[in-house]
Amino acid sequence: MTVDAAVDTEAPTAYLDRYGRMLLIRRFETEMQRLFLKGEVHGTTHLCAGQEAVPVGVCSALEPGDWLAGTYRGHGHALAKGTDPDALIAEMLGRATGVCGGRAGSMNVIDVEHGLVGCFGIVGGSIAAATGAALAAKREGRVAVAMFGDGATNQGYFHECMNFAKVFSLPAVFVCENNFYGEFTPMASVTAGQDIAARAGVFGIPASVVDGNDVWAVREAALEAVQRARSGGGPTLLECQTYRHYGHSKSDPAPYRPPDEVERWLARDPLTIARTRLLESGVAEAELAEVEDATRARMDRAVEAALAAPYPDPATDGATEFAS
Amino acid sequence: MSAALEFRAAIREAIIEEMERDESVVFFGEDVAAEQGGVFAVTPGVQERFGAERVFDTPISELALSGAAFGAAVGGLRPIIEIMFGDFMGLAMDSLVNQSSKYWYLSNEQRSVPLVVRSAVGGGGRFGAIHSQTHATWFQGVPGLKIVFPSSPAEAKGLLKGAIRDDNPVIFLEHKRLYSVKAPAPAAGEVLPLGKARIARAGKDVTIVSAGKGVPDALEAAEQLAVEGVDAEVIDLRTLRPVDLDTVLESVARTNRVLAVEEGPATGGWASGLLGRIAEHGLHDLDDVWLLATDELPIPYSPTLEDAFIPGAGAIATSVRERAGIAVG
Repeated sequence: MTVDAAVDTEAPTAYLDRYGRMLLIRRFETEMQRLFLKGEVHGTTHLCAGQEAVPVGVCSALEPGDWLAGTYRGHGHALAKGTDPDALIAEMLGRATGVCGGRAGSMNVIDVEHGLVGCFGIVGGSIAAATGAALAAKREGRVAVAMFGDGATNQGYFHECMNFAKVFSLPAVFVCENNFYGEFTPMASVTAGQDIAARAGVFGIPASVVDGNDVWAVREAALEAVQRARSGGGPTLLECQTYRHYGHSKSDPAPYRPPDEVERWLARDPLTIARTRLLESGVAEAELAEVEDATRARMDRAVEAALAAPYPDPATDGATEFAS
Repeated sequence: MSAALEFRAAIREAIIEEMERDESVVFFGEDVAAEQGGVFAVTPGVQERFGAERVFDTPISELALSGAAFGAAVGGLRPIIEIMFGDFMGLAMDSLVNQSSKYWYLSNEQRSVPLVVRSAVGGGGRFGAIHSQTHATWFQGVPGLKIVFPSSPAEAKGLLKGAIRDDNPVIFLEHKRLYSVKAPAPAAGEVLPLGKARIARAGKDVTIVSAGKGVPDALEAAEQLAVEGVDAEVIDLRTLRPVDLDTVLESVARTNRVLAVEEGPATGGWASGLLGRIAEHGLHDLDDVWLLATDELPIPYSPTLEDAFIPGAGAIATSVRERAGIAVG
């Protein structure tokens, strides 16, 4: 694969910023875990710790005005796309200051201002949403990205939309975060052929398997896919292989995963990979520490503000059924 | 008197006029751009007029085309899609029930989803159980959706124009047995607002409420009853969701009797829901309230079975006579 010139000409601090964004997502998820146990986060929540390099790498290849549709494991999708951490944590806590005023919650975050079509609680819903956004984006030279898991590749949405997007040469990028488990079930045991990237071949859609824990690799693949989409070359499928550090949701300690498999993936933590590479490339330990301290402080402030924010008041919520 | 307009031409004219008015309106579905303009020949020539970027045939993929319509609406377009037969809406439900209808509320009113989903509905065409249903009932309990069911060519044109201009997702029902009906065209440029019923025939003895094909049926029944001295008022709901309860209640306050006619089962139908709300808000005005619906069965194929199954004009008139205790000579 050729590396886009943009990779080489961008500011030297760009990957340090990406490391910071990945760290912000990790801190966010750590805080979510803690706040859930304290009873501040309600219902359920699906954490993406371990998968941060995928949305950060993908979003680094996008421009303002491009769209992204995420999943119910979508905190990282939103934060990578630019959603304000204060507004996102407040949404998780059901507060009036949330990005959706507390109406949406963890699984259904929408942030139109930052190009987040939404996070979709129906497996595969993001694929259709992004396909449609691509239909609109085509007029404006924009691109739309669908994030989805390995489980979604067995949904009708995946197959119908891959075909639809290719037939109309839509500026879409389909990004599968293959974390090898659909809820509690191993991907391999419910996926015929066991090869997600290969599924694009029958549609004539270019595809590649990407190390989803390496933000450099994700960005490189995403740049090529986005460039193809924007220049009229149609959709691309990226199978980004990664791993979730937590179980499927808050009710799942993931006992079904072999300990040696978990250890193997933890050793390939995307944050560790990024940190090591940054040090090797000459970034000083002090610079990394500065980013880490700033990120921690940023999340601490966001949590503090959200906890102090009011809940929406049913008496003054003023919801209207229809737009007029 | 304005020139006669065929129902299918009224739909086509509404689409063309709105596409000319607003560049963001696009139209896609299965076979809609093909030369014959869909299986009911409603939209021939529309693609030639506006080009393949705005009007195009899709794969037979209701999940993709309804899902893409939702995403496109969020992205700034105003899609009109055709889900050929209403029965196929089962495949499009996620996009409408879980995504399009909830977006305005869930997003805290960041953006709405302006989307029109047209389908051919209704029995009487010998299409059998899975090409004859009226899916309005399936969507009754979904806040955020509007459901429109026009009864005549003029109504169809005005209401479709209103639906395309509406900023919310609209399910638009076209009864198959109305497509070939010809009737006076509406005034040029007329746009009908959604959510407002109309009195199709004024009367003082009983109110008959329906929508779609049920309205001409009720009007025909009213003419039969008039001969026998019963003066029926007919209300065309036009929009099944949100329903114009005020117009119905005002009528019932005058007639004190109300019959709702639905081409579909009583259980869970819009008609039974409407009667419940009439009882809740107008009980003191009521001498009688009942409904005429279908049996709790799938729609049959054989002409004898299907004709007996669907409540037409004769069944409506008979129902009123029986309920009113009028002996038929």
